[in-house]
Amino acid sequence: MNISMFDILGPIMIGPSSSHTAGAQRIGKAMYNMISDKQLVAVHFILHGSFHLTLRGHGTDRALVGGVLGMNAYDPQIKDSLQIAKERGIEVSFEGADLGDVHPNTVQIIAQTSDGKTTSLTGSSIGGANIEIININGTPAKFSGKYPAVVIDHTDRLGIISHITSILAINQINIVTVLHSRENKGKEAVIMIETDTPIDASVKRELESMSAVHSVVTMERVI
Amino acid sequence: MYFSAKEMLAQLEGSDKRICDLVIKNEVEISETTREKVFEMLEERYQVMYNSAHEALEKEIRSLSGLTGGSAKKMWEYCKKGNTICDNTIIRGAAYALSCLEVNASMGLIVAAPTAGACGILPGALLTTAEKYDIPHEQVLEALATASGIGQLIVKKATVSGAEGGCQAECGSAASMAAAAIVEMLGGTPAQAFDAAAIAMQNIMGLVCDPVAGLVEMPCAKRNASGVANALVSADLALSGIFSEVPFDEVIEAMYKVGKALPSTLRETALGGLATTPTGLAMKEKIYGNHAEASACTGNCASCGGCN
Repeated sequence: MNISMFDILGPIMIGPSSSHTAGAQRIGKAMYNMISDKQLVAVHFILHGSFHLTLRGHGTDRALVGGVLGMNAYDPQIKDSLQIAKERGIEVSFEGADLGDVHPNTVQIIAQTSDGKTTSLTGSSIGGANIEIININGTPAKFSGKYPAVVIDHTDRLGIISHITSILAINQINIVTVLHSRENKGKEAVIMIETDTPIDASVKRELESMSAVHSVVTMERVI
Repeated sequence: MYFSAKEMLAQLEGSDKRICDLVIKNEVEISETTREKVFEMLEERYQVMYNSAHEALEKEIRSLSGLTGGSAKKMWEYCKKGNTICDNTIIRGAAYALSCLEVNASMGLIVAAPTAGACGILPGALLTTAEKYDIPHEQVLEALATASGIGQLIVKKATVSGAEGGCQAECGSAASMAAAAIVEMLGGTPAQAFDAAAIAMQNIMGLVCDPVAGLVEMPCAKRNASGVANALVSADLALSGIFSEVPFDEVIEAMYKVGKALPSTLRETALGGLATTPTGLAMKEKIYGNHAEASACTGNCASCGGCN
């Protein structure tokens, strides 16, 4: 396990809590990276455990919204993010709920974009501003946000994983982690891959052009 | 790479290299970066630390909750008057630490070191010592690297999360990091630096995390101020030649076990300790009103104030 000295001495952040503020911002930023250049219309936050118990006092609400708007942990605008979202006509709402057997600092973010699509992401803030994305659009995930990632929805087919990984290899993209899940043999499946280097538009198009692939979402690193 | 103090000391044996040299060399390798870039990043953090340690000294800064603030300014004025019980070095450091925590609680800019809740101890202890001895700037940056190395070992062997290990994991780790950094900055040996780190952690082993209303305010600010004293006394103990009978690696393991043994009510849940005293509960009520849980809030209710 490699830990950077700047994981210890950092992040440079808007207070007051590395887990409840900076970690929340990073989970929000993961959503921002997922919806990328789409226009955000509304965002709903379902807060679990400690996240909903101390929402306002830790500025968790402002940090989450700031992250979804693309702000970094050190951006002083985080303090005004609720107002900024309002000015941009983005509808923001919060609710508390039990998300089950998850870390006490967990939030599900549901974003609606102007193309009529809904994107959902669940993340936990696991201490010292480190996060874990545990669910994307209903599929269990395990992303740290420290690496770029790609989520590929496809139909289960023999050799598809090898096909996807060869496209990455040919393009000099090294894989960090792979998580694959499917409903049934030959049915809908999702592969989630963390990579050392980002997946650019041309590689994304190459992945999208595969006949069994339905959608490709690339995410930049959050941290 | 290194996983223990024992390993680091073995790597340093027979050379005049210090802990900070190992930490910087390791960073260059694992982050595929350069020594210059590492120092650039240290400088960036130093600047933010310096600013947050000074921002609340002259002007009163209130927390987001409105419950706390103004302590750094009081301590600074008291320090300037002189005639304090502790010497000026400790009092200055304590004022710096309070300032960092007040900036933090007002949603200002700080450096988590290793966490936001403990962000005052390292800058407080390090800046006041560097001022006292007029330490060249580059050596102060190297001391920050030493501190990071101690933090890396704690994260590898234990935790720096209050939710997992209590306040000892946050303020204890910060004091450990600061104590070792100061010893090395003042010319102590790597072994003495680890002794100082071990002693600082021993001094507050078992300390619970019991924030009033779950906020990073009470007692966090005061624990950061006293954490500075802990770091400085531990550094002096080590520099005087006193060593830690129980070595650093074992102290950290013990801290982790103690943390695991703490009930969850005393690990950042605000369900025990100071948080559930009559005063603590009354302050919670003051912020959240009748809505004990902020979950009821939609952001549109003017009366509650629990959500925006």
